[in-house]
Order: sequence, then C-alpha cells, then structure tokens
Amino acid sequence: MSISRRLADLFRIKANKALDRAEDPREVLDYSYERQLEMLTKVRRGVADVATSRKRLDLQLAQLQQAADKLGEQAAQAVDVGRDDLAREALTRRAAVTAQMDEITAQRDALSGEEAKLTTAATRLQARVEAFRTRKETIKATYTAAEAQTRVGEAVSGISEEMGDVGLAVQRAEDRTAQMQARAGAIDELLTSGALQDATATTAGRDDLQAALDAARGDQGVDRELAALKAARPAPAVGGRPEPRAVGGRPSDEEARR
Amino acid sequence: MIIRILGEGQYRVPDSALGELNALDAEVQAAVDTGDRAAFHARLGDLLAAVRARGTGVPDAELTASGLVLPGADSDLADVAALLGDEGLIPG
Repeated sequence: MSISRRLADLFRIKANKALDRAEDPREVLDYSYERQLEMLTKVRRGVADVATSRKRLDLQLAQLQQAADKLGEQAAQAVDVGRDDLAREALTRRAAVTAQMDEITAQRDALSGEEAKLTTAATRLQARVEAFRTRKETIKATYTAAEAQTRVGEAVSGISEEMGDVGLAVQRAEDRTAQMQARAGAIDELLTSGALQDATATTAGRDDLQAALDAARGDQGVDRELAALKAARPAPAVGGRPEPRAVGGRPSDEEARR
Repeated sequence: MIIRILGEGQYRVPDSALGELNALDAEVQAAVDTGDRAAFHARLGDLLAAVRARGTGVPDAELTASGLVLPGADSDLADVAALLGDEGLIPG
C-alpha cells in the first residue's frame, strides 16, 4: 500500500480509537471538542514561541551587523596608522562575523516560514473547531441512536485529522525552535565573550583589537607631539631669548611628562 | 476524493484526475522502496504539484476526513519513516 494511503489510515485509526472507547458516541463529541480547544491553545502558543525565537535572531543579526561595521572601521583605522597586521586581524574577524550572519539569516528565514505556516494552520483549525461545535450541537439536538455512530464518526475523523496535521506542524516548529535556541545561546556567548567582538557591549570596555589600535595611534600621537616639541624649542646656544611660556609651553610640558 | 497535504491543507480532487495521481503516487512509493532520497523529493514534488493543480481547496468550515494524506513538500524519507513507523507520532 502506498504511503499516502497508510498515512490516511493512521489518521483514521487514531480518530476511531476514541469512538470505540466511548459507550455513547455523543461523549466523543464533547471529549473531542475539549481536545480541539487544547490544540488551538497549543498552536497559538506555538506561533508565539516561533515569533519570539525569530525576534531573538533579528536582534542577534543587528548585533552582528554592528560588530561587522566596527571591525570594518577598525581595519580602516589600522591602515591609517600603518598597521597592516591589525587591519588583517580586523578583516579576518569581520569575515567570521559575516559568515555567522549568513547562517543566522538562513535560520531566521526558515523560522519565518514556520511562523507563516503555523499562523495559517491556526486560522484553519479555528474555523474547523467552530464548524465542529455547530455540528456537535446539531447532532446532539437531533440525536437518534441509529445514525449517531456514523455522523459522530464523520465529524470526529474530519476534525481529528486536522488536529493531527496541526499537531505535527506545532511539533516541527518546536523542534526547529529548540535547535535554534541552542545555537542562539552559543552565539550570545560568543558575543559576550568578545570573541566575535560585541560592539554593543558597554560594560566590557574596549576589546583587544581596539586596545592595540589605540596603542598604535597613541605611539603615533606621542611621536607627533615630540616632533612638535622639538620644533618649538629655540635652537640651542643662539642667544638669551626667553622661552615663550604663555603660548603653549605649559601644556606641552605636561604632555611630555605624562 | 479529498487529499490532504500535511502542513498545507485539504484538496478536493475530481475522479478524472485520480489515474494521473495514482501513477505519480506509485513513483513516490518506488523512491521510498529504494530509499532514493533525491528521487523521493523530486517525485513527491511532482505529486504535490499535481494535487494542487487538479484539486480545489476544501473550505475551512468543512469537516471531512481525507482519502489520501501526503507528506509536506519539505519532508524527507526519515520524516516519512518516522510518521509511518509509530502511529503514536501523529498527535491530536
């Protein structure tokens, strides 16, 4: 038998089990309806969970983008001060960040797809649960033992299949979300550890690359000030001209002492 | 006949299309039997496309069980095996 028939049979068997268990088929209607309401809650929670996870990825993407931008700026600064080694390091890190972003973007898109599917499924299930409720009341009002089994069976297997389908979609979304959560947690750790360089971290202070860059620029600044100092000094032994203190001698002295 | 595509919904397909769909279904089944993942994906895609093309969507307010239930387009062989292997896997 083909898989499509076997799958259809599996759904039917599932629905019939509930029917077989009940003494009065009308009990099944109420029981099934309760399960439907539970499933509706579940699928709505599933939509909310997937949306939360998707938003977390959006946030991470924004953070990684900031890190990539900062690394790009740092590379440019490093080139400015003639430190190709630091520029290379910054660009290497940026490449790693970009690769992470590509992966996360793919995951985010997959989650968006699940979110859309689940939202549609929730809407459809809502409509069918409503239809079931109407039919349930009709069957109960016009109940005759002879036809009850058939009519209850039709209603229950119709909705049961829908619930099975939606339940699978919820499960799937939960699996995807769980996988994503694990990964997102790892990336959050990378971001806070500074390994990917979290440009948004305010408490962590400066990262090692920025420190090296600042040091390089600092050295350059000192060199420049030293040169300026030397230029400002009167040529030695040319005469008793007093030093022009007021024009900048004092700050220069202070800087030189630091 | 009513055919459900998992994760997508139900379609009402006219009897005139059943011959074509059965032939496609047999090809999907052949791919399952040989464990050919690429062929399974391709043939399942053909079958689902045919169901969508020949069928019309069952309205949301209608409660009907399906004669055939097809895996969703992004299923692979492992998903199908899991579905069929343990009936308890189908929730609801």
